[in-house]
Amino acid sequence: MTRHLLLSGLVALGLLGAPAAVQAAGGEQHVHDYSFSFEGPFGSYDQSQLQRGLQVYTEICAACHGLKFVPFRTLSDHGGPALEEAQMRAYAAQYEVFDPELDDFRPASPTDHFPPSSLSNAPDLSLMAKARAGFHGPFGTGINQFLRGIGGPEYIASMLTGFTGETEEMAGTTLYENEAFGGYMAMNPVLLGDDVEYADGTPATVEQEALDVAAFLMWTAEPKMMDRKSAGLTGVLFLILLTVLLYYTNKKLWAPHKGKGKGPHA
Amino acid sequence: MSGIPHDHYEPKSGIEKWIESRLPIIGILYSTLMIPTPKNLNWMWIWGIVLTFCLALQIITGITLVMHYTPDTTLAFASVEHIMRDVNGGWALRYLHANGASLFFVAVYAHIFRGLYYGSYKAPREITWIIGMIIFLLMMATGFMGYVLPWGQMSFWGATVITGLFGAIPLVGESIQTWLLGGPAVDNATLTRFFSLHYLLPFVIAALVAVHIWAFHTTGNNNPTGVAVRRTSKAEAQKDTLPFWPYFVIKDLFALALILAVFAAIVGFMPNFLGHPDNYIEANALATPAHIVPEWYFLPFYAMLRAITFDILFINSKLGGVIAMFGSIIVLFLVPWLDTSRVRSGRYRPMFKVWFVLLVIDFFLLMWCGAMPAEQPYVIISQLGTLFWFGFFLVILPLLGLFEKPLPQPETIEADFRAHYPDAGGGDVPAARPTAAE
Repeated sequence: MTRHLLLSGLVALGLLGAPAAVQAAGGEQHVHDYSFSFEGPFGSYDQSQLQRGLQVYTEICAACHGLKFVPFRTLSDHGGPALEEAQMRAYAAQYEVFDPELDDFRPASPTDHFPPSSLSNAPDLSLMAKARAGFHGPFGTGINQFLRGIGGPEYIASMLTGFTGETEEMAGTTLYENEAFGGYMAMNPVLLGDDVEYADGTPATVEQEALDVAAFLMWTAEPKMMDRKSAGLTGVLFLILLTVLLYYTNKKLWAPHKGKGKGPHA
Repeated sequence: MSGIPHDHYEPKSGIEKWIESRLPIIGILYSTLMIPTPKNLNWMWIWGIVLTFCLALQIITGITLVMHYTPDTTLAFASVEHIMRDVNGGWALRYLHANGASLFFVAVYAHIFRGLYYGSYKAPREITWIIGMIIFLLMMATGFMGYVLPWGQMSFWGATVITGLFGAIPLVGESIQTWLLGGPAVDNATLTRFFSLHYLLPFVIAALVAVHIWAFHTTGNNNPTGVAVRRTSKAEAQKDTLPFWPYFVIKDLFALALILAVFAAIVGFMPNFLGHPDNYIEANALATPAHIVPEWYFLPFYAMLRAITFDILFINSKLGGVIAMFGSIIVLFLVPWLDTSRVRSGRYRPMFKVWFVLLVIDFFLLMWCGAMPAEQPYVIISQLGTLFWFGFFLVILPLLGLFEKPLPQPETIEADFRAHYPDAGGGDVPAARPTAAE
C-alpha cells in the first residue's frame, strides 16, 4: 500500500511538473506565421513569386551565399520558377565555373550548379528552408507543425525582417540583433526596401522581398514538392478506395461467422 | 507445424505429389497460410502484418536507394541531394524509406504493448517473445545506423553521442568505442561500416521474423482472453478458430490499407515532420548543435540514459545512464519470468490494467522528456519516469501476481466470441455461403 501511494504520488508529481515546463520551452525566437501559397496539401508554388525570389537571391543574397546543390537547369522545371529555356541558359551563362577538363573557367551551362558560398561564414542556402524550424510548440513537442508546417520559410522571412537595429561589438566584429534568430548574428540587415526592381511591377517592400526570397528558398530546398503532393493525393485517394473495398469484403466474409444477416430467427 | 488439430495439405495431382515427396514446400506454405487462428482476435492483432509490410518496404526502397547513394563522408550528403533532385522518383524513395522507419517503430511499439497487455509473453510463448525482443534490438541498431548515413549534423552528432556510451564501460570501454568507430572519432571508417551493417541487419531481421512466426505457429496465437484454443479434437478446435486465410488476411489487409492511407498523407504532405531540421545541414565536426536529439523512437530510452545524473557508489553517472538505458530493454526480455500471475490476459486483471495504463503514459512522458533539453524540470520528470519503468517490471509485475484477485475468464474462445456476437453459430457454420439480403 505504501508503495502504491508512493508511486502514485511520484506519477502525480511528474504530471504536475508539466505546466512548469511550458515557460521553459518558450524560446526567445519570434517567428511570424506568414502565409505562403505552397502551404497545405493542395498549396502550390507561385511561379511569379519564385521568379521574384530568384531576382532577390541573385541581386542580394548571392553576394555572400551559395546554392551548391541546385543545378541551373531546374530553373526551367515545371513546378518551379519555370523560366523559358533560353532565359535559363542566359541566366546560367552569367556565372563562371571552373572546368577541370579545360583547366580554365568557362560560362556555366544548364547542367552546372549554382556556385557555393563565397564567404566562408555564410552558409549555403540550398536546403536552408528545411534546415530551420519556425514552430516548436506546444510544450516543445513540435506537434503544432502538423497544422502550421515546420516553418522554415517563415523563419527565413522573419529573420530578414526581424532586425531590431541594435548592434554589438564582439572581438572586432559587429553583430546585429535579430528577433527571429533570438540574439545577435553576424549577418547585417540586407533588405532595406526597393533593393530590387521587380519586372512585374510589384512594390519591393522589405516584407515583399523577404517573402519572395523565402518562397524561392523553399523551392531550392524542396524542388519536387508539387510532384510529391500530387503523388501523395493520388496515393491517399486510391488507398482510401482500397480500404473501403476491403472493409466490405471483410464484413461480408465474416458475416456468417458473426451471425449477421441471418435474420431474427437465428 | 501447428499443434492445433487441423486439415493438412494432401497433394492431389501428379506434379504436386512429385514436388511434395521431394520438397514439402507446398505443405509448409499451406499449413502456414491455413493455420487455425483464434476467431476472437481484436484490432490490436493487425500489427504483425503492418510490421512485415514495413520490413519489405524498407528492404525494397533501401536496396534502390543504395544504387544512388555514396558512403563517403565527402560525398554522402551530396549523394542524398542527388537522390532528391536528379534520380527519377528518388524523393519518393527516400521519403518512403525515412518515414517507413517511423511507421515500423509505431507498429513495433503497438505490437509490444499489445503483447504486454494480453500476456502474450507467458508460457508457452516465451521464445516467441524473446525472438521478438531481439528483432526490436536489431531494429533499433538498424534505425540508428541508417540515420547516420545521410551525414547531416544529427547523423554525425547522434553517432558521436551513442557510440560514446560504450566508452563509459569500465576498463575496456574506450577500446570498444574505438573498435566500433574504426578510429578515435566518428569519421569515414564509421560511415562505411554503419552502411555495411545497415544493409546486412534487415536480412538478419527477416530470418528472425521467420523464426518468430514459426514459434507462435507452434504454440498458436494468443488472443484477447488469453484462454487457449481447445486441442482435444479437430471439431472443438474449429469452434474456437478460423483459418488465417482468408479471414485474417483480409481483416489485416483492411487495417493495413487504412494505415497506409495515413502513411501516404504523411509522406505526400509532411515528409519532414518526424525528421530533425539540423539533418539538412551537412555534418560538421567543428560545430555542435545546441540540442542533440535522436529520432523520436529512441526518445524514451534516451530520457532514461540522461536521467541518471548522479553517481551510485562506484558507478559514475555516465555508466549509470548506460546501465539504465540498456537495463530498460533487458527488463523487457525478462518479463515472462517477472510476471507471476497465472492469468494471461490483462482483461481479467483489474489491478494490472491500471498499472499498464500508467506504463503507457510513462512511455510517452519519457518520450517527451527525451526531446527536451537536459535541464530542470525535465531531469526530475525523467528520473521519476525511469523509476516507474523499472518499478513496474521489477516490483509491481512480480507482486501483482501475488495480491491481485483476477476476474472470471470465459471457459472457451467460442464462449467469448458468442458473448460479442450473440447470433454467432459455433464452428458448425458452413463455409461462407451467400445469404439472402435482410
